[in-house]
Amino acid sequence: MTAIATARDLEAVFLTDAPEQALAWLASARERVSRNRYELPSVFAGAGRACGRTPLIDGLRTDEIARVLILAWLSWRDPEPLMDLYRWGDADEKHAVLSALEHIELDGAAAVPIVEDALRTNDTRLIAAALGRYGAQHLPDPAYRHAILKCVFCGIPLDSVSGLPDRADAELARMLDDFVRERIAAGRSVPEDVWPILARFPSRSR
Amino acid sequence: MRIFDPHIHMTSRTTDDYEAMAAAGVRAVVEPAFWLGQPRTSVGSFIDYFDALVGWEPFRAQGFGVRHHCAIALNPKEANDPRCREVLDLIDRYLAKDRVVALGEVGYDSMTPPEDEAFARQLELAERHELPVLVHTPHRDKHAGTLRSLDVVRESGLPPGRVVLDHLNELTVAPVLESGSWAGFSIYPDTKMDERRMVAILREYGTERILVNSAADWGRSDPLKTRRTAEAMLAAGFDDSDVDRVLWQNPVEFYGQSGRLDLGEALEPAAASFQGSSVLRGEPGE
Repeated sequence: MTAIATARDLEAVFLTDAPEQALAWLASARERVSRNRYELPSVFAGAGRACGRTPLIDGLRTDEIARVLILAWLSWRDPEPLMDLYRWGDADEKHAVLSALEHIELDGAAAVPIVEDALRTNDTRLIAAALGRYGAQHLPDPAYRHAILKCVFCGIPLDSVSGLPDRADAELARMLDDFVRERIAAGRSVPEDVWPILARFPSRSR
Repeated sequence: MRIFDPHIHMTSRTTDDYEAMAAAGVRAVVEPAFWLGQPRTSVGSFIDYFDALVGWEPFRAQGFGVRHHCAIALNPKEANDPRCREVLDLIDRYLAKDRVVALGEVGYDSMTPPEDEAFARQLELAERHELPVLVHTPHRDKHAGTLRSLDVVRESGLPPGRVVLDHLNELTVAPVLESGSWAGFSIYPDTKMDERRMVAILREYGTERILVNSAADWGRSDPLKTRRTAEAMLAAGFDDSDVDRVLWQNPVEFYGQSGRLDLGEALEPAAASFQGSSVLRGEPGE
């Protein structure tokens, strides 16, 4: 679960820990996109070479935080340009858009299609980022359960995803229980983090 | 031994190849965009391909400790297909991406007017994005095609040192090096160039502005040919620093001109985090 509550917290970390060059880039990037919003795609694409890729906090790197801070700083009455950034983004850009969703004001479930897209990939960083606070809040129950199962399946630690205390339910426990049985039958190891959920929703058949 | 394969089509290779390459010392690759053996029939196929080059393929590579970059372009063969040419309007957006370290493969296949147009237009894009260029020289009529490619590069105004002409041989290397461009060699099991001939070329022309690649793809090819060339160099009396120059420093210098090469810290395979239906299925011995 992220320790960063707001974009302001994230910016504070960035201002303290990011290299000078990254701070300068963020300032000029914001200036460029506020002058001309159509520059956003090319500005957004170049964050890595400008800011470097040093991990700073919560698994987020300087380039990704810079991207999130640009998105969080803009208003998104029309979510379409945000969908476009994701659609045309490389893996890092997609990751940044997903990570930004919980820091920007969006009209309800407008961004759910890109969360669902990320959950269909096999890129573990995208899957984990899709299960931030936004995904946890807006995914329908079946999609959320399958996303959690996919995390367990892909080795993504469940403490890195949002929403479990509220959204874990008996049906998710049943799915995880079946998964555990499959793993045991195959003589394979079982990820530790399924047990607390199974313990919360004991079933008579188990 | 550290190896940078400056031209390899990993999209067409298996995870066994990644494993063998990593074990042989390959730590970084550049995958230039090319055709897939089977012709594409629409722009959408290019988009999916480019998306994989900047998305899935780097992820796959990273699981084996290999740093993946790519080059983006409309290849000369498909520049002749009117259904594909419209992709020229879309590649601008890909050329802005962090892991795109060159424009390529461009150049000639059959030296047609549409190839001329696509080649020249894409060199302008390379100029605008300040990217190096990977030029494919044709398999048929190679000597004439190489000279004509050098003319196009000269007319573009791009600095010759920002261009590599690839798939060269004994007959095409001299004019390329004289022009100030880089000379690329694709070491194949029995066609374009082999490691023994490559060593003879290095003896004659030296190690400066030379790139050696496997160009491994969906055809008969071998992703370990970079390593085999290094071994042939050592057996022929070149020393470790010559090998490092040709197989690591030269590609780093060439693609480094993009300002986008990200070789990062020592790359460790992140095996534990990729299980299930991801690339690395399960753990060894599980």
